[in-house]
Amino acid sequence: MSDEAPALLEARGVAKHYGPVVALRAADLSVASGEVHALLGANGAGKSTLVKCLTGVIRPDGGSIAISGKQVRARSPMRAARLGLSPVFQDPALVPDLTVAQNLRLTGASVDAVRAQLSDMDLRVSFRELVGDLPLPILRMLDLARALTHDPQLLILDEITAALPSDLAERVFDVMRRRREQGRSVLFITHRLAEVIATSDRATILRDGSDVGTMVPKEGGEARIVEMMLGPEAARAEVAASERDEEDVPVGAAAAATTAEERPMVLEVSELRVGGVQDISLQLRRGEVLGIAALEGQGQDELFEALAGQRKAESGVLRVSGKAFRPRHPYDAIRRKVVLVPPDRLLALLPQRPVRENVAAPLYNSPLRWGPINMRAETRRVRRAVEALQIDMRAARQVRRLSGGNQQKVTIARWLAAGFAVLLCNDPTRGIDVGTKRQVYGLLRELADDGAAILFFSSELAEFPLVCDRVLAVYGGRVTAEVPGAAADEATLLQAMHGLDLDEAVA
Amino acid sequence: MTAAPEAIERESRLRATQRFLVDNPVVVLIGILVLLFVLTDLVNRNEAGEPFVTWNQLSTTFLVAAPLGMIAAGQTLVMLTGGVDLSVAFTATAAAFATSWQGGDGTVQGIAAGLAVGLGIGLANGIGVGVFRVNPLIMTLGTSSITFGLLSIYAGRSFEKVIPDLVSTLGSDRFFDYLPANLILWAALAAVLILGLRYTGYGRMLYAVGDNEVAARLAGVRVWQVLVAVYALCGLFSAIGGLLLVGFTNNPDLGLASPYLLQSVAAVVIGGTSIFGGWGSYSGTIVGVLILTVLGSLLTLLDAAEWQRQVIYGSIIIVLTAIYARVSGSE
Amino acid sequence: MSTASAAPTLEFRGAAPWRRAIRQHGWTIAVWLILIAMVPYWRSLSQQDFKFDIQALAIDALPLCFAAMAQAVIVISGGIDLSIGSLMGVINVLSAREMVDMGFRQAIAFSFLVLLLAVLASGFTGLIITLTRIPDIVVTLGMLFVWQGVALWIMEIPGGGVPLQYSDLAIGDVGSTGIPNAAVAVFAALLIVWVPLRWLRPGLALYAVGSNRNSAYLSGINVARTRVGAYMLAGVFTGLGGLALSASSAIGDPNSGATYTLNSVAAVVLGGVSLLGGVGGLIGVIAAAYVLTLSKIILLLRGTDPNYANVYQGALIILVVVIGGLLTRKTRS
Repeated sequence: MSDEAPALLEARGVAKHYGPVVALRAADLSVASGEVHALLGANGAGKSTLVKCLTGVIRPDGGSIAISGKQVRARSPMRAARLGLSPVFQDPALVPDLTVAQNLRLTGASVDAVRAQLSDMDLRVSFRELVGDLPLPILRMLDLARALTHDPQLLILDEITAALPSDLAERVFDVMRRRREQGRSVLFITHRLAEVIATSDRATILRDGSDVGTMVPKEGGEARIVEMMLGPEAARAEVAASERDEEDVPVGAAAAATTAEERPMVLEVSELRVGGVQDISLQLRRGEVLGIAALEGQGQDELFEALAGQRKAESGVLRVSGKAFRPRHPYDAIRRKVVLVPPDRLLALLPQRPVRENVAAPLYNSPLRWGPINMRAETRRVRRAVEALQIDMRAARQVRRLSGGNQQKVTIARWLAAGFAVLLCNDPTRGIDVGTKRQVYGLLRELADDGAAILFFSSELAEFPLVCDRVLAVYGGRVTAEVPGAAADEATLLQAMHGLDLDEAVA
Repeated sequence: MTAAPEAIERESRLRATQRFLVDNPVVVLIGILVLLFVLTDLVNRNEAGEPFVTWNQLSTTFLVAAPLGMIAAGQTLVMLTGGVDLSVAFTATAAAFATSWQGGDGTVQGIAAGLAVGLGIGLANGIGVGVFRVNPLIMTLGTSSITFGLLSIYAGRSFEKVIPDLVSTLGSDRFFDYLPANLILWAALAAVLILGLRYTGYGRMLYAVGDNEVAARLAGVRVWQVLVAVYALCGLFSAIGGLLLVGFTNNPDLGLASPYLLQSVAAVVIGGTSIFGGWGSYSGTIVGVLILTVLGSLLTLLDAAEWQRQVIYGSIIIVLTAIYARVSGSE
Repeated sequence: MSTASAAPTLEFRGAAPWRRAIRQHGWTIAVWLILIAMVPYWRSLSQQDFKFDIQALAIDALPLCFAAMAQAVIVISGGIDLSIGSLMGVINVLSAREMVDMGFRQAIAFSFLVLLLAVLASGFTGLIITLTRIPDIVVTLGMLFVWQGVALWIMEIPGGGVPLQYSDLAIGDVGSTGIPNAAVAVFAALLIVWVPLRWLRPGLALYAVGSNRNSAYLSGINVARTRVGAYMLAGVFTGLGGLALSASSAIGDPNSGATYTLNSVAAVVLGGVSLLGGVGGLIGVIAAAYVLTLSKIILLLRGTDPNYANVYQGALIILVVVIGGLLTRKTRS
């Protein structure tokens, strides 16, 4: 042990605070050569801050960072890159109004090298495209390809799989495996525990700004990870709760117990055609959670946008409670009690305004309600919604100060306060921590049990059986299969999402 | 290395005060205003041998500040939505002209004409920005150009200018020697504005649209409605400001409100309202207006040359905003 | 995890290249077409040899062209500068005061000094913006007053002058070709100052910072340095604008720059540069400056009351922006 080579990256006691807010207390992180190391923790635990300190985006207030035994201080992203640390952040470091080629030239990256990296990942993109015209997942892959051209000692992936469809995520995992085989390392930040167990050699968990330990994911499993992330008390409660859920009759079966056709139909979509949607028909009834499973860009976003009134349908018929539904503005949809939780919570939140105003926003969206506010009534509504979602109100003055998970809860809370019949959830658990995710699953089930109709899309396949009564797979803008919730395991879903016949034998 | 208990207590009191200042930046501004008053007082004693902080001077300060207070009120509302209205000065002037043209037909007609002009120009701005999505800078520039042109044409023609009595009273009279009539109006409108911004649905919508227009839309807000209304309101307030001005000077002149354009923006900015929208208040603007007015008096007392006034004016804007940014810890 | 086998090569192909080209250059072409379309009507109104008309247009538009180019550089980088006109005024009075007794060659040499001063002055503004983190509208609003004061300090009432030959640089022709010097000056400035930078790293960095400041930073661009650089580059054009005022009017007037700030913003928007930053180019802006000036000239030739001219110009600006907005609905996050 004593003549072991020094760790590739050895960070000790890294600290960072923003005024009174402590983002990092004293975090230790040790990454060896030739390993895939996961960095886990709830939102607000300090993962992003730690990465930004390592890569020179922000300057830490304390602690030391050593690479291959040598103390270093990365003062800027460029300097960090020269030290062998290459990050790929959630927001691609690409400028929307320039072409891909211009972006690369700007940062001194070789266009050919990047193209080669892309083709190693079985991807091809025209470099004359404006970055702003390319979808986010493609941009992430470009960013990854660019980082790879530096042949970094330590490749840092900050939630790269957060909005990535599974086919692209697979390519990322291949890259990670190849780096390890070549003796390089990867620091992998994600909220998806299944991915961690499948890909990572070791994992370090952060909690409240410090690390609480390093473990081997395959040995401890999800339970151990959650326990470390949430702390022993909370974890025990979590485990108890999930055990209780598992004891219940499986979701799909429960729904089948009450005849589906008995419940009134709330939302009916017939031959909808809009954007990438070629022809989708579905029925959504009271009290059910209908899942939509799809790869990137198969039309799911347009489906949600059309139902929410953000986009006009090209053809097809929509009905809410039997009556024609032709929303041309979110107001029309909201008036018919069809509401949307968008995939990007930044689109739904008013960052500088307090939680109260965010939650109450839809209540005043009509000129008829521009008059004086009944503060007591508003307080009651807001409080009820906040309590139902268990939103942490400590930083309630400005919503932007809330953690990602709490922010997501706010986007849901506003519809609880405003009242709804149909809840359109487009990837509601994107980029939030495990604890909050579970709360969201529970909430969605509760809402459905109380009679709401929920349309649910997630890019994390494991969530479908936990939440949905039925799942529709969408491929090429059409529904390719319908699977009951209990039977919606990943293999089945993936087959259907790729447009393959479900009767064929699973590989 | 343990600090003495008194030191700890002092430090936590300091931090509490700091936090209080950060949460209530208007307090800092009022502090600066008081400082300015004191400074002006000292200078006045030096130059004219008498203090500045007298009832008379104070009342004059408010009297002079009120028109700017009105114009800056409209500007505040517009800037809360992330926009800006560059036509406020000529709208005020146009309203003043309209009132004096129609003044001969009676007080009500006169005032109605002025307010109608302000409302009309404001609606035009609102439709351009809200419905046609023209950038507010450009739209209001355009309407200000058009207004100026139309005014120049009609101003050239001779006509009878009658300023209604009520307008004159409001513009220049003081009750009980020290209470300016326009201050009463200003205070009333200020109360409406401050309460309205905080406790009405429309106030919430203004902040929402300014903070994140996309999110507002997703919450069902028809943004164009909010924008049309805010620019119309701004035009209305500009008109009121113009009426107060012409009530004071008793002479509608093309250049009546010209300096007020930049001053209105400056007052709003100094008062802590974010240029990008979604954050701010009218109370801050009020203090900003008073600071600029007292500053003007100070510079006059110092017998500053025009060029000195300009340089100081500009530097103050930058310095005050920098202080404000520091104190409120905004990014 | 999933068991899907490696998928075949995924290819992403966007819009057809010609559609992309239209999106990137369409507006610029449209503005030039508008300018060209105005010419026949202009000729029909003209009472004199058309050569003199072209001269008049070029001279009249010269300061606005430079002001608009300066503003365009800053707007592209994501900012705005309300003090351009005032700084032009400073340069105007400074050069007019000093050059009144100079010979031609001296004046040229002095011009370079003045340009340097303009660059430093504008850079100073940029420095304040980046160091204090106050929004640029606010800082440049303050600097508007500061420069105005400086101009008044340098010269209280209009006066001064420039050598005849110097003046000729702005109002004369190139040899016997009849091409106005004023037009040559604009395009020469464009070719010498802007074009070399625009496609290289400095220019791309400017667009990047204007497009998305955060992404630019993460790409490794020194955002602060780029922004200050944008203001310094703009300072070159602002300085040229002030010198143009001196040369064409042959006098120094502390208030000469007042109208140019807002008109430069109008020209920038009409020229296809997005006020959000990151989009547009200087060629369209130059055409827009000519269009604005020409529309004023046409109105005067028609005998329109100059005040009506203001009305029409205001309405024209709004109309063009509305139509342009309807045609190019650009969504930015």
